[in-house]
Amino acid sequence: MKISTFVEKGILHISLDGEIDEYSASDARRETDRKIDESPTCEKAYIDLQNVTFMDSTGIGFLIGRYKKLARLGIRAYIVNPNAAADKILTLAGIYTLIPKV
Amino acid sequence: MENYMKLELSAISENEGFARSAVAAFALGLNPSMSELSDIKTAVSEAVTNCIVHAYKGEKSLQNKIIIECGIEKSEKAGKLHICVIDFGCGIENVDEAMQPFYTTSSPSERAGMGFTIMQAFTSDFTIESVKGEGTKISMTKIIEETGKEESNA
Repeated sequence: MKISTFVEKGILHISLDGEIDEYSASDARRETDRKIDESPTCEKAYIDLQNVTFMDSTGIGFLIGRYKKLARLGIRAYIVNPNAAADKILTLAGIYTLIPKV
Repeated sequence: MENYMKLELSAISENEGFARSAVAAFALGLNPSMSELSDIKTAVSEAVTNCIVHAYKGEKSLQNKIIIECGIEKSEKAGKLHICVIDFGCGIENVDEAMQPFYTTSSPSERAGMGFTIMQAFTSDFTIESVKGEGTKISMTKIIEETGKEESNA
């Protein structure tokens, strides 16, 4: 799992690339949190799932965890570009009520 | 049964990708759609994660084994992929409780408690047999539709 970020107009863009499962999640969590800590003044964060090739419920836990961390910093989180498989699992878990899709 | 495979692997998270990819590769004999294949991978991943995280409590010992057995059945209209994921870990005390969405025993960690819900939603048939102290067997069946696939893949 590769994490890349950039900040543009007060929005922190977080792109995830690869598979999110129990094996990859802890590194992804650490890396993403480090990037979030570098940009605590952003208003919004867009979590881009376009290049996520696989995701199971570990991914749901991962997204809820990042949502909570961002919320503590006053940053609203959004999900962008989920593929059909990610969309199915996120819809099933009701994640979009917490982290809207834009 | 038209085809069968059995896989025995250590319950360590490094093996998750291998386990779901192996079952997906086995399922290719049924000519599944991308979406069906993705459902299979997700359901297997949930079952294997449960073995590693809950049954063996994340011990990371090569002695902790997971057995995955798969069978393929074919009929004229549809194929069936049977998947069993078996562990010899701690077992589940209360299966009904464990089945509840968002229920998890590891609350301080970032776990969604959605594993069984996803396995149920992503397969056509799902059962759990568990004996406390002995282990758990998850049985899932995914129906792979044959009708109309040629048109949709064209």
